[in-house]
Amino acid sequence: MKLVFEKSISGKRGVRFPECDVPCAGNIPDKLKRKNYAELPEVSELDTMRHFTRLSLHNMGVDTNFYPLGSCTMKYNPKICEEAVLYKGLGDLHPLIPQLPDGNKFTQGALQVLYETSQFLSEITGMAEFTMQPLAGAHGELTGTMMIAAYHASRGQKRKKIIIPDSAHGTNPASAAIAGYEVVSVPSNADGVMDIDEFEKILDKETAAVMLTCPNTLGLFNPQIKKIADKTHEAGSLMYYDGANLNAILGKLKPGDVGFDIVHVNLHKTFGTPHGGGGPGSGPVGVKKNLVDFLPISRVVKKSDKTYALKYNYPSSIGYIAPFYGNFGVILKAYVYILLVGKEGLARIAENSVLNANYIMKKLKSYYHLPYAHTCMHEFVISAVKQKKNGVRAIDIAKRLLDFGFHAPTIYFPLIVDEAIMIEPTETESKQTLDKFIDIMIKIAKEVDENQEIIKTAPHNLGISRLDEVKAAREPKLRWAK
Amino acid sequence: MPYISNTDEERATMLAELGLNSIEELFKDIPSELMSYSFNLPTGKSELEVRHFVKGLASKNVTDLICFLGGGFYDHFVPAAVGAITSRSEFYTAYTPYQAEVSQGILQSIYEYQSAISLLTEMDITNASLYDGGTAICEAVMMAVRITRRKKIIIDEAVSPIYRKILHSYAANLDFESIDVPVGKDGRADRKIIESELDNNAACLVLQNPNFFGCIDDLTDLADLAHKSGSLVILSTYPISLGVLKSPGEMNVDIATGEGQSLGLGLCFGGPYLGLMTTRSKYVRQMPGRIVGETVDKNGSRGFVLTLQTREQHIRREKATSNICSNEALCALAALVYLTLVGKHGLRELAELCSAKASYARERLLKIPVIKQKFESPIFNEFVLELPIDAEDVVSKLMNKKIMAGLPLGHYYKNMKNCMLVALSEKRTKKEIDFFVESLGEIL
Ligand SMILES: Cc1ncc(COP(=O)(O)O)c(C=O)c1O
Repeated sequence: MKLVFEKSISGKRGVRFPECDVPCAGNIPDKLKRKNYAELPEVSELDTMRHFTRLSLHNMGVDTNFYPLGSCTMKYNPKICEEAVLYKGLGDLHPLIPQLPDGNKFTQGALQVLYETSQFLSEITGMAEFTMQPLAGAHGELTGTMMIAAYHASRGQKRKKIIIPDSAHGTNPASAAIAGYEVVSVPSNADGVMDIDEFEKILDKETAAVMLTCPNTLGLFNPQIKKIADKTHEAGSLMYYDGANLNAILGKLKPGDVGFDIVHVNLHKTFGTPHGGGGPGSGPVGVKKNLVDFLPISRVVKKSDKTYALKYNYPSSIGYIAPFYGNFGVILKAYVYILLVGKEGLARIAENSVLNANYIMKKLKSYYHLPYAHTCMHEFVISAVKQKKNGVRAIDIAKRLLDFGFHAPTIYFPLIVDEAIMIEPTETESKQTLDKFIDIMIKIAKEVDENQEIIKTAPHNLGISRLDEVKAAREPKLRWAK
Repeated sequence: MPYISNTDEERATMLAELGLNSIEELFKDIPSELMSYSFNLPTGKSELEVRHFVKGLASKNVTDLICFLGGGFYDHFVPAAVGAITSRSEFYTAYTPYQAEVSQGILQSIYEYQSAISLLTEMDITNASLYDGGTAICEAVMMAVRITRRKKIIIDEAVSPIYRKILHSYAANLDFESIDVPVGKDGRADRKIIESELDNNAACLVLQNPNFFGCIDDLTDLADLAHKSGSLVILSTYPISLGVLKSPGEMNVDIATGEGQSLGLGLCFGGPYLGLMTTRSKYVRQMPGRIVGETVDKNGSRGFVLTLQTREQHIRREKATSNICSNEALCALAALVYLTLVGKHGLRELAELCSAKASYARERLLKIPVIKQKFESPIFNEFVLELPIDAEDVVSKLMNKKIMAGLPLGHYYKNMKNCMLVALSEKRTKKEIDFFVESLGEIL
């Protein structure tokens, strides 16, 4: 498709502004003005609508296709959540209003949303208090590791390292590094969970924290988790919970009860807010009582007269990590979602997501290698090693799935599984959809023997064939120019 | 429960396939003493009840004030077509475009966004977005530290104090030395102090234009100075102002950042917003965040993919240029649709409209004898008034008249208790401005 810039025709306009109704012209001195106009497109509103509507038709979303992208929890996003952000008084509220004199008074509804969402999350995860500020999961991790540093500093210690299993998501080590930590990786054992002997060897007085997701990125719940937490605490270190996989244990288990001290939650996964093609997300962080003093400012509090206020005076806080109160629009959607599903709905979410995952796993295991043949939680990882021997790789299988109207699973992650294919169906998908997906996965496994070419050259019917990523990286062309 | 489509019978069939009698058996790996059975949360409600309740909450927030509040976050007009596009669920229910062949819509739009922001700033290469304008400065500073292998950061105090606070938190564990330089009397960056701080330890100089006080400047001389000492220049920008103001590219800066909220995003109580970042070609491999590149498919047709991924956390882990993963893609799409609708000439017109309204408002307000202008520098759409009394009192009193007069600056700058930052956008009419001037005159 042509770029919008290539559709530009001099003189066309997509929006009209009101006539200037004030007598002055601006008085910007010429030497402070730009020489040339920014070469933005010149198109009509209709041209704009056609262009972007057509682009949208070249995109899969949860509303159009099954999207079993492991680790991403691509569940259905209720539409009432989208509607709420458009209400007058929410979507149009200026973030600086609370900083005006008596400003809290003018934003009671919005502060209530922030406060109650943080209370809900505390209850769900077993934490004492939450900050809603982090703007995505990775930002939550960074906030959490900053608090870890502040906690140890308050005890007169400067611990150097953070322990992370080799199956962890890339943001975990990257966040730890940005907070100034050295990352020590622990291998996984034959059961796919962190090797506890190796772990104990590494754990020492220099360890600031252990960063885990549970269930882990293989979709496995580590039965030794409590022991790991106890050992960590004995060493004076903290337990960090990457909440990307919270969907599996919602309403069943509180990470706080296991011994986690800090938790981040991805609202854009577990709490039904859409992913927007890459964001915005929201990554609130909860902590146990002994870490509350370090939470970022500002904080939303409920006063004895039942009104809400922002408070700033927390001398031990790590400070500001976002301009205001978080991605409010995303938080609002998650709030609405929690109100809709309620306490009894949480466990149903976990149960159905786990059932759906196990069902697919069972049906596929005689066709694909299952490196960890164990009951899974909300997701599982198969491997295309069998197919690879016959010349077909995970990426080929992923591309072939696109031909049948399925988004591909996550591939080549976690890094510890060769030719990994990570499947997460979520609770919102029906048995009918799962059965269709299973049939196609089996069909593709058979094609490996019968008609390999069709897999290796997939996709075939999307109007575009397989794209050359190597060329894109070798000869970077990153923008249009006139 | 809604949003779960399987029936009890279907669940039973699936369990039977697994050879299980109950769903609980699937949770057998969780030690039973760790399980929780009680959650102190409300019970689920119908959509109708929830809608009613949330509308009630919305009505507890103010909605009908005339807005002269800015501070980096502005009440601009958003054309209806922006929402019409971003509410297409093919876009908003998608994940990051890992599978390029079914994500060409998002990928091409990001490529176009990268192009639009590069053209607007007259810089070379733009990434697919960062969280917001504040964290974008932090990322830019970390990038400058990597490039120069130096750790001293010089920051003009007229860079948004909201952003400087975030930068200080980020820097706390990284042993950066950061120097905040007081702004000059006229509201412009203080050349003398900055020059004395720019030595061969300086990684970067962080500036903002228009600055937090609304003052505008040509910063080319500072960029030249910084380059002489081997430091980089980071400039935080306000994209609407670039319809008319000298661009970061023209001023020869190395990294331009900015808050993209003004490009078609609602104020939404602080987010989701959009972190802009754009730089020189030579620094692209040090850039954080996703980048989309053009390529071809097997048949030679043009297509788009995520590229230069060896910079990123999923490959480089602790050695990545940043930890960012999810970003603000849908907001970047909104910004692109907005810039497309407004277009080449519309953006100039819009910037001039904002500037004209601000000039008019400032001129009229300064005719009130007790009000003084704080800084003499030229402005774009925002300016600081020095009042005879505490600015908080003024703002309070005008709230009663349904006017949100501006931001009292005492909260951010100790010696500016009587100062108020006033912002104008194309949405403010002459009638509203006149009403503001009259009301302010009455209370002083
Ligand atoms: C296991 C895990 N941890 C952390 C993250 C990072 O979350 P975000 O993309 O919101 O920054 C992800 C997201 O993909 C994830 O899957």
